[in-house]
Amino acid sequence: MSHLHVLGAGPAVTVQDRGRPGFLDRGLSQGGAADPLALAEGAALLGQSPDCAALELAGMGGRFRADRDLRIALTGAPMPAEIDGKPLVWSASHLLRAGAVLAIGAARTGSYGYLHLGGGIATPQVLGSRAAHLAAGLGQGLQPGDRLPLGSDAGADAGMGTGMRLLVEDRFSGGDIRILPGMQTPLFPAEVRARFETTEFRRGARANRMGMALESAGPGFAAAGQRSILSEVITPGDIQMTGDGRPFVLLPECQPTGGYPRIGTVIPADMAKVAQTPAGARLRFAFVTRAEAMAAQARHAAHLAALPTQVEPLLRDPHMMHDLLSYQLIGGVISATEEDVP
Amino acid sequence: MTAAQMRTGISFPAIRPVGLTGLLVSFSDRLEEPANRAALAFRAAVEAAAWPGVEETSTSLASSYLRFDPLILSPEALTERLRALLSTRDWRAAPLPPGRRLFRVPTLYGTDLAPQLAEAAAEAGLSPEAAIADLGATRVRVLTIGFAPGQPYLGELGTAWDLPRQSALTARVPAGALVLAVRQLTLFTAPAPTGWRHVGQTRFRCFRPEAPDPFPLSPGDEMIFAPVSRADYDRLGDVTDHGLRIEEIAG
Repeated sequence: MSHLHVLGAGPAVTVQDRGRPGFLDRGLSQGGAADPLALAEGAALLGQSPDCAALELAGMGGRFRADRDLRIALTGAPMPAEIDGKPLVWSASHLLRAGAVLAIGAARTGSYGYLHLGGGIATPQVLGSRAAHLAAGLGQGLQPGDRLPLGSDAGADAGMGTGMRLLVEDRFSGGDIRILPGMQTPLFPAEVRARFETTEFRRGARANRMGMALESAGPGFAAAGQRSILSEVITPGDIQMTGDGRPFVLLPECQPTGGYPRIGTVIPADMAKVAQTPAGARLRFAFVTRAEAMAAQARHAAHLAALPTQVEPLLRDPHMMHDLLSYQLIGGVISATEEDVP
Repeated sequence: MTAAQMRTGISFPAIRPVGLTGLLVSFSDRLEEPANRAALAFRAAVEAAAWPGVEETSTSLASSYLRFDPLILSPEALTERLRALLSTRDWRAAPLPPGRRLFRVPTLYGTDLAPQLAEAAAEAGLSPEAAIADLGATRVRVLTIGFAPGQPYLGELGTAWDLPRQSALTARVPAGALVLAVRQLTLFTAPAPTGWRHVGQTRFRCFRPEAPDPFPLSPGDEMIFAPVSRADYDRLGDVTDHGLRIEEIAG
């Protein structure tokens, strides 16, 4: 079997796929790629199933070598990447020759980059998924010296090439996020809800695959009766207020239940944008109606379905290359999130 | 008006949204046995109905949760079905779902391995011996699973055990720690900080990713934390399953 060899890795390079749905009643959240859209983009670029696992590069990439010719795709947070010193365009597919070294640096913006491999990653599935779920103790960050077994690449065998790209909207610098009111929204006084919508937040430094802190000037956002709320189901996208009324957006590895009140829930269509927001970038939240959220969901589903048709040949434009290399580097910061412990 | 309506203005059962893709059917806003029973029974009925578009169900202490694809099954249509199902019976009096199991777990109470037994007993107005006898004889139900994979919240203990959380967190209890607060127990899957009191220590593993049955416990199962001596606890370290006994609950 052929392998991808890890020569060097950032602090949080993990195998990710669409995660493990179906274990909420056993206390295990779905997990999976922090930016599921990036997973679908990589699958489209390589013409393979979005169920294929990829490497998620949190903040920082790594150095890799394959022992066979390997189709790869790079998606998500743009990172400087090169093969044997030759720069690569992001959101594109490339051929990594056997023995050549692929080097991926720190995110220029955004938080999570992805390295997709033709045929996916053939590590054993645990509970139906290959994804590391760090909070649950499943899998771990890759280390230099690790070898990942490569799946057989039916696409390459069928003559599918590389040198394709996808034009993607910027979802890597924060911005406006749509949220739905939920069952605990009424616990927040109208004044607090209004202030939440008008507040400009910055993504805090405390962030990982469980959730990310939001920071703002001024008072916190406390709910009425905050201390006596029964622990209830929580879901990725929930914006919970920790004890001091500071908001935390929950991400795919969040606990399945929790006792902090939630002011609202990010709509699924905006989850990739939230997860990709780099430390220090601005975020603003606005309540939308259920009808608006449903319309956004339908557009999101249509966008995902259309991705394979939007792949186009990569034009090797030196101006674009120059732009890519001129971005300012922003380091990803990964640290412990505030936990809601029993 | 019920006490719960007085507290929150919500009448139960209540159907409320969790994001775009979830609905929560709540039977109370606090833990009480009939509400937990209702959540377990109602969730089993939703599973049995197998409505297309419902992707996953679970229970929390007093609620049943449904995750669904809103593009296949609209929230309005699902809410209608849930209302109809709710009206078919008194869920708070429903029998618990079949297939439940009873776990007897050898437990060391107190000693340096569970150092807050005496403190918790004093708070409950009991001698340490009486506390061990009471906790060791109480058959508790897995009310829900959360915090960590396979980690049960168990109850409900007698009213003497309505102890508040500690004001300061214990920095770390080990896996298998049995901790107590608010008439509930939880049994830790993995080492963690806690605001509950560490009254017992077990060798029970709540999450076994390598095993055919990775999550031994299901909501609705029952547990007895049978007291053992320090010598027996140490001896069970080398025994298969550490003295755990599992039996089916009849009916």
